[in-house]
Amino acid sequence: MKPVPFDYRAPASLDEALPLLGLDSAVLAGGQSLVPLLNLRLARPELVVDVNAVAELDYIRADDGSLRIGALTRQVVLERSELVERQWPLLHKAVGFVGHPQIRSRGTVGGSAVHADPAAELPAALIALGARFHLRSSDGARALEASEFFLGPLYTARQPDELLVEVEVPAQPEGAGSGFAEHARTHGDFATAGAAAVVAPGHAGIALLGAGPVPLRAEAAERALSAGAAPDEAAALAAQDVEDEHRRALCTELARRAIEEAVA
Amino acid sequence: MRISVDINGQAYEGDVEPRTLLSDFIRHTAGLTGTKVGCEQGVCGACTVQLDGEAVRSCLMLAVQANGRALRTVEGLSGEGDLHPLQRAFHEAHALQCGFCTPGFLMSMEAFIREHPDAGVAELREALAGNLCRCTGYLGIIEAVGHAAHEMREA
Repeated sequence: MKPVPFDYRAPASLDEALPLLGLDSAVLAGGQSLVPLLNLRLARPELVVDVNAVAELDYIRADDGSLRIGALTRQVVLERSELVERQWPLLHKAVGFVGHPQIRSRGTVGGSAVHADPAAELPAALIALGARFHLRSSDGARALEASEFFLGPLYTARQPDELLVEVEVPAQPEGAGSGFAEHARTHGDFATAGAAAVVAPGHAGIALLGAGPVPLRAEAAERALSAGAAPDEAAALAAQDVEDEHRRALCTELARRAIEEAVA
Repeated sequence: MRISVDINGQAYEGDVEPRTLLSDFIRHTAGLTGTKVGCEQGVCGACTVQLDGEAVRSCLMLAVQANGRALRTVEGLSGEGDLHPLQRAFHEAHALQCGFCTPGFLMSMEAFIREHPDAGVAELREALAGNLCRCTGYLGIIEAVGHAAHEMREA
């Protein structure tokens, strides 16, 4: 199908873009989630604000130990970043599971976060890494933790007049290892479930995807691992609240694989 | 909106609505019907073209987003009369039956092999996962892509 008619603006700067945002507008970044929704007429915005020309949102840099990813950064750029592969390898591992190369060439890091599909890879990886989400509007700026940002399926704390401008990933503890595992019918298809893990002495970050209405931070498993629990014990704790029996079994096994990869 | 898009080295101009998909601009305005339109939701891969050398789904871009950019479609793959090694390999390995999905496969895999010249069979199979074929099956396609990758590496 084809989209319904809409007005189109392509601002070249953040200052131009922010006043355009509101209840009747949709932000077009990589378009890999929005354009299917437009084509299926599930989304019918009056105005599409195309932020692809807002070059100031396209960057990956290390800053005082933290990784700062501009929201417009293409997934393929994240995938090819040597800085990310070296210091935040969980992101490198996770992004390889996002769609297919033809999707990652356009899809953005910010778009994946804001779309907030509970089965998406990047939100789960960002939760395990303790990322913060920086939002801007004409009225100001705020930063949210993942637990405040992801509220439900395809639903975040971003207000209609706000734009996600940056994802900030803190430095990981000395000696941290990471792991990512997921199950999908075909590589690149939407995952049924998955798990992301960062483990260091006295530290653990574990998140599940496809395990509930939002990407799920597995705090009980994190506490147990930090206290020295074995991977399979922690994995069982990670998935203990997953409702469906099959999905719980799947999440337990995927969490075990991710944790074992992280501690190997 | 008036746009101009470079496709295979030639400028194509046209008036489009903001909602016009790039895939429709390529087929209807530029008249280049090698690019196929299947699902229009980014799943089937039939509409894959290259934007500045990267494989992209043309049904998931608006035509206005390609204004001033350089595209390559299946029509730009071969030179005068001779087939690209990938096209030749598809022909020889019987990697197509109805051919509807073929342009998408070719444009996806040409970009992938260029970026990963040493890709093994497992990587090539994974790279094919973003394109669907509903009649031939994938064995011939996998064989063709393996041959072509070898040939492109030697060239």
